[in-house]
Amino acid sequence: MSTQLSPILTKFWDHPQSWTLKTYEANEGYAALKKALGMSQQEIVAMTKDSGLRGRGGAGFPTGMKWGFLPPPDGGPRYLVVNADESEPGTCKDTPLMMAAPHFLIEGMIITSYAIGCNHAFIYIRGEIVHVYRRLMRAVEEAYAAGHLGKDIHGTGFDLDITVHAGAGAYICGEETALLDSLEGRRGQPRLKPPFPAVAGLYARPTVVNNVESIASVPPILLHGSEWFKDMGTEKSTGFGIFSLSGHVNRPGQFEAPLGITLRELLEMAGGMRGGKKLKFWTPGGSSTPLFTDEHLDVPLDFESVGAAGSMLGTRALQIFDETTCVVRAVERWTDFYKHESCGKCTPCREGTWWLSQILERLEHGQGSEADVDKLLDICDNILGRSFCALGDGATSPITSSVQYFREEYLEHLRLGHCPFDRDASSYFASDKESASA
Amino acid sequence: MTTDQTASGHLTVSAESKSPYPADVLAQLHEDAALVIARYPQPRSALLPLLHLVQSVDGYVSGRGIALCAELLDLETAEVSGVATFYTQYKRHPNGEFTVGVCTNTLCAIMGGDQIWESVSDHLGVGHDETTSDGKITLERVECNAACDYAPVVMANWEFFDNQTRESTIELVDDLRAGRSVAPTRGARSVSTFKQVSRVLAGFSDGLADEGVGAGPASLVGLRLAHEHNWKAPGRGDVGDEHSPDASAAGQAGGLTPGLTSSTDTPSNAPDERPGQTPTTPTTTTAKGDT
Ligand SMILES: Cc1cc2nc3c(=O)[nH]c(=O)nc-3n(C[C@H](O)[C@H](O)[C@H](O)COP(=O)(O)O)c2cc1C
Ligand code: SF4
Repeated sequence: MSTQLSPILTKFWDHPQSWTLKTYEANEGYAALKKALGMSQQEIVAMTKDSGLRGRGGAGFPTGMKWGFLPPPDGGPRYLVVNADESEPGTCKDTPLMMAAPHFLIEGMIITSYAIGCNHAFIYIRGEIVHVYRRLMRAVEEAYAAGHLGKDIHGTGFDLDITVHAGAGAYICGEETALLDSLEGRRGQPRLKPPFPAVAGLYARPTVVNNVESIASVPPILLHGSEWFKDMGTEKSTGFGIFSLSGHVNRPGQFEAPLGITLRELLEMAGGMRGGKKLKFWTPGGSSTPLFTDEHLDVPLDFESVGAAGSMLGTRALQIFDETTCVVRAVERWTDFYKHESCGKCTPCREGTWWLSQILERLEHGQGSEADVDKLLDICDNILGRSFCALGDGATSPITSSVQYFREEYLEHLRLGHCPFDRDASSYFASDKESASA
Repeated sequence: MTTDQTASGHLTVSAESKSPYPADVLAQLHEDAALVIARYPQPRSALLPLLHLVQSVDGYVSGRGIALCAELLDLETAEVSGVATFYTQYKRHPNGEFTVGVCTNTLCAIMGGDQIWESVSDHLGVGHDETTSDGKITLERVECNAACDYAPVVMANWEFFDNQTRESTIELVDDLRAGRSVAPTRGARSVSTFKQVSRVLAGFSDGLADEGVGAGPASLVGLRLAHEHNWKAPGRGDVGDEHSPDASAAGQAGGLTPGLTSSTDTPSNAPDERPGQTPTTPTTTTAKGDT
C-alpha cells in the first residue's frame, strides 16, 4: 500500500485523558488561536481559501469561499453554527472526534468566529449522544476559564460566546436550513434557498454553517500553513479526512488519511474482509451516496474521482457489505429510514418514500412482480431533482444504484418467492458460530 | 402507563398531566428556564432545551409542560405541541426509567441488530415505544446513532453500548430492571436515569464529562496502525509556529486592525424582523468585509 495514514485530528485520541484542555495544550492546542489573533480577518479567510479545504459534511463546498460569501458587516450580528447533527447512516467521524478531542472544534470555532466577525457561535449536536454533549460542555467551560472565550479574549477586544445546543432526534436537522429552523425553536424543516444562510441564516442574519470536521481542520491549517495542507490529498480535494470503515471488515474503525486513498488500501489497513469473504457492495459516503461494488476498489476517494465513478464522496462513511448480505434487505431498510425521517414538507419525498418502502418490502419477501422493479425506478425518477431538499434525492441513491448493479438479485427473490439469503450468516455473531462449527 | 397516544399518533393529554406543578417544582422550573433562555439571543431558541427540561421533571412532555413552555416563550400551546411532536426524543406518554434503543438501521441490522431487537423485544414482552409494566424500560428501534464501527449498537438513555449480542443486551435490560448499576462501553461510569439525562440535554452539566474513555478501540484502529508503521502527518510547511510578521504587516497595511470584530450579539433583531435594522454601532471604525 502506498498511501500512509496522517493522524492529525486523531493524533492523541489514545491519551487516557485525551479530551482535556491540558492534553490538547500538550499537542499544540490553542497555538493556532494565538497566531490567528495576530492576523487580520481577511488573512485567515484567504489562508483557508488557499488551503483548498472543502466542507467535510458531505457536499464538499470550499470552506473559505463560504465564509467569503457573507455580506459586508452592517453592525448587526452574524453567526457561526456548527453542524454536529451527524445522523447520515454510516457516518461516525464527528462523534468520536468530539468525544476524544473536543478542543479542536472549540479552537476552530474561535478562529472562524474571529475571521467572520461573529460574537456568538453555536454547536447543534444531535441529542442522542449524551456523553459527547457532556464533553463539549466541559470543553467550552475549560475554554472560558482559560480566557479563550468570553469578553476581550486575550486582550484583543474580541468577544465570543459559544452555546452548545442539543437537538432531539431528527435526521433532517442535519440539513443546514432545517438545522437553523430547529435552532430557532421550530420544527426542523428546510427553508427555500435562496436566500442562503450566508445572507439570511439564523434569525435572518448572515450565518456560516459548517460541519464539525471542517471547523476542526482550521487550527492545523492555521498553524502549519495552507501549503502544508495542500501537499496532502489531490489537486482539487486537498488535505486529509477521517474515513470510517464499518461492517464486514476485520477491524472496523476510523482512519485519518489524505483524500484520494482507495478502498483497497483502507481494506488492507482494516485487516481485510471478515472471514476472507468477498466484497459485495459498499457506500463511499453514507447511505445517500450511490452504492459501489468490488469494481470500485481502486477509485481514489476524493470528490472528483468518486463523482466520476457515479457516486459521491459524501462523509467518507464506508459501510462494507460482503457476499452474505442481501442487497434488497439493505436497501429496504435504508428506504424505511428515509420514510421515517422525511419531514413531510414536499410531496415527492413525503409520498414517494412511503411508496418505495411498500414496494421494497414486497420485493424483499419475494412478492410482487418484475414491473415493481421498474416502478421503483420510475418513482425515484420523480423524486430525484423534484424534492425540496437533498434528503429526497438521497433516498433514491441506494435504490437506483442497487438496481443498476444487482437487478438479477431482485428477480431472484421473485423467482424463489422469498429472500435467498440467511441473515444469520451476515451478523456480527456469525463469525463465532462459524469457527465453533468448523 | 400506556395509551395516551391515539392510533393516528395524536397526542392526547391525560387530565393528570395537566394538573398544576407543586409550587416548589414550579419555582425551580422557572429558575432553570431563565438560565436556558439567557443562553440565546432570542427566547424561542430555548424551546428544544426547555422540552428536555420538562422531560427531566415529568418523564415525558406533559400537558402542563407544554403550557409552561408556551407561557415562558410567549407561544401558543399548539405551536409548542407542533414542535414537540416533530422530534423522536420527546415522549408523548410517560417514559420508562431507561430508554433502551436497538439500532436497526441497515448496517447494524445486518450485523445482528435485527436479531437483537427480536430477542430483547420477546424477552421484555414489549414492542417499539412501549414500556415494561414495572415502568423501568421503554424499548425502541433507533436509527443510525453514529457508531457504525461498533455495530451492532444499543443505546441506553443515549449512552453507547458497543458490539452487542442478543445475550449482552438481555443482560443489560435485566440489570437495568433489577436496579443494578450498568456501565456503558463509551460514556459515564454508569447509565443515569431518563430524567437525569434529560436535564443534561437541557444544558445542565451533571459533572460526569471526565468519566469514561476518550476513544473506544475501533476509533483507534487507524491511529494504532500509524504508530506501528511510524506514519506521521507531513511536517509543517512554510508557515511555521511563529507569527509571520510579513503577514501581519500586510494586514495592517490594508488598514485592518487585528483583534477587532465587526459584529455584535446584542441586541439582535426581533423574531420576524428583517435584517439590517439593528441600531448598534460596530466596534470598529473601519468597515471591513472578508470578501
Ligand atoms: C438530509 C441531510 C442531512 C444532513 N446532515 C448533516 C449532518 O449531520 N452534518 C453535517 O455536517 N452536514 C449535514 N448535511 C449537510 C449540510 O446541509 C451542510 O451542507 C453542511 O453542514 C455544510 O458544512 P460543510 O460545508 O462544512 O460541509 C446534511 C444534508 C442533508 C440534506
Ligand atoms: S425532500 Fe423530504 S425532507 Fe426534504 S423538504 Fe421534502 S419532505 Fe422534507
